[in-house]
Amino acid sequence: MLKISLEKLDDLFALAAQKQTLYIPADRKDGGAEFTKWENGIKLSNALNTVRSAKDFFFPQTENLVDFKMEGKNIEVIDIREESEDFVIFGVRACDAESFKILDSVYLSDPVDSYYKNRRDHATVVTMACNRPSETCFCSAFGIDATAPDGDAACYSDGKNLFIEAFTDKGKAFVDSVTSLLEEGDTAELEAVQAKTKEILSQLPLANLSTDSFGGDKLNELFNSEKWSELSESCLACGTCTFVCPTCQCYDIKDFNTGHGIKRFRCWDSCMYSDFTKMAHGNPRLTQVERFRQRFMHKLVYYPANNNGKFGCVGCGRCLSKCPISMNIVKVMKALEVK
Amino acid sequence: MQKAIIEKAKQMLADGSVNRVIGWKKGEFAYDVTPAVFETAEEIDRDFVYDVFTSSNVSKYLVKETKKEGKVLVFLKPCDTYSFNQLVKEHRINRDNVYVVGIECWGKADIEKIKASGISGIKSITNNEGTLTIDTIYGTETIPAYEVMAERCLNCKSKKHVDYDELIGEDGEVIETERFDMVAQLEAMTAEERYNFWREQLSKCIRCNACRNVCPACTCEKCVFDNDDSGIANKAAADSFEEKMFHIIRAFHVAGRCTDCGECSRVCPQNIPLHLLNRKFIKDINELYGEYQAGADTESRAPLNDYTFDDCEASVVHERGVE
Repeated sequence: MLKISLEKLDDLFALAAQKQTLYIPADRKDGGAEFTKWENGIKLSNALNTVRSAKDFFFPQTENLVDFKMEGKNIEVIDIREESEDFVIFGVRACDAESFKILDSVYLSDPVDSYYKNRRDHATVVTMACNRPSETCFCSAFGIDATAPDGDAACYSDGKNLFIEAFTDKGKAFVDSVTSLLEEGDTAELEAVQAKTKEILSQLPLANLSTDSFGGDKLNELFNSEKWSELSESCLACGTCTFVCPTCQCYDIKDFNTGHGIKRFRCWDSCMYSDFTKMAHGNPRLTQVERFRQRFMHKLVYYPANNNGKFGCVGCGRCLSKCPISMNIVKVMKALEVK
Repeated sequence: MQKAIIEKAKQMLADGSVNRVIGWKKGEFAYDVTPAVFETAEEIDRDFVYDVFTSSNVSKYLVKETKKEGKVLVFLKPCDTYSFNQLVKEHRINRDNVYVVGIECWGKADIEKIKASGISGIKSITNNEGTLTIDTIYGTETIPAYEVMAERCLNCKSKKHVDYDELIGEDGEVIETERFDMVAQLEAMTAEERYNFWREQLSKCIRCNACRNVCPACTCEKCVFDNDDSGIANKAAADSFEEKMFHIIRAFHVAGRCTDCGECSRVCPQNIPLHLLNRKFIKDINELYGEYQAGADTESRAPLNDYTFDDCEASVVHERGVE
């Protein structure tokens, strides 16, 4: 497999960035990693994952959809869509790479969301295998192998070298763009590292988390469970879980009066919020119990019901780390599971 | 400490003096504790925890819980009692429906600090007289608890319980702290430096509203930012200035009522030091109207809700803001 010494990573980034805008996970100076536009001096983070997920690249928190300009009785509709630039997201973990498939099934199925597709078409996703999973990881529950991430191309580290292989044309183009820095390398040490990581993955506290009690066919018993009330009791109704989640995909569309026209924008919505899916008749979910239930039913029942049993969670563990009261999908699954 | 708290809770449930208990529930790992309401001795034996990670301030839950039938027992750390008192003062908590047991606190660990030190794969954490032994998949680490203590605990303002019906452990004293040092550093900056500091911090905001929703001073039935009819409801920022508007308006709204409990900064997923905005107001109130600690009592008139002839003139406040 092609490889580059980890010491020469900056050269690889510099070369790749000559061709396309490059984003890599970098540490913020006050803690936490985030995808950052690479420029000289930006270093690859050692963090297992970024605080915000990689979904932001395709499904930004806020975006303008269309502008309206009013003159007298005329309304001019202005299409503000522009072709996205080509860009590379480097260092995406297996969980986030899998989350793109979940977002794709929503935004690229008919009717195709042209805003989302535009960015997706122009992006090259270069993933990075995990070597040091954390206790909050449970991607294996959803059939994800953290040592073998998907993507246009994938990278694997053995501690000294970074190995890289391409899976798609876009991935090949990326590898070609840096090929002058790569050389053929022996993967024996890498395979040992991967075996070790697999062993660690099997020993994680959540390694045995079972999804058997969930799925599209379990709707009634899960919806009617008496446990939702207790589980949601201390929920603050903030949107942290939904906003750090790589698979949460709901949005709201609103019009903003600029004084000389209207900007129609969409922004992330959260089922935890009191006006979520509010319609002319009011809000269909009046209490926090119902709103809380919605989030987990969506990921564990409704989404699989519509997507051949595939769950709407990738086990990245962000909600486990970030919920202010430490209530999360794992606790919900363990409380609701039928033993 | 945990043992005494659990015994107290079970005894009060058993003799019928309370119907429910608010405390903290064990999580999956050593640190992911959830505030919870307990109704039976079995639940308490199984799940109740009080340790170095039970940092959440449960006083705000009493707004809801004391409106229910029956009486609720709550365990409050010294800093929580200030929030509690402030809520009683604002008639948000029905004091008659709650029995307060004050509990000693030596400061709480910040799991983010532990993880930031490179520790991962945590299996268990034990606290042996101030030394944390952290067993991980990658080996065992020991750290003195004070090295990973939350900022608000390093700058603890008081070990004194300002209200309680009963105490477990000793009551402490109000502490002289250095909690305003960072505010003073910000004040010493030029306006541009300060603006850049806050622009960098607040631009990280994802508008999850965790700071607002956890805040014991934020108990409006419907927040103006959630109210579609207000015309300023905003679920997301329309431009980069709006996050600043949200946080600055919120800081103004809780000015004089914020007890500096620090929950806002604890819950922020983006590590924005939101408490500094509130501390700026507290420091200003102290300097302009005389020392005042919100939540210290339930009787006094707060400086911003009161008028005295000694109040500083608006021009004095204005001049302070001029470079």
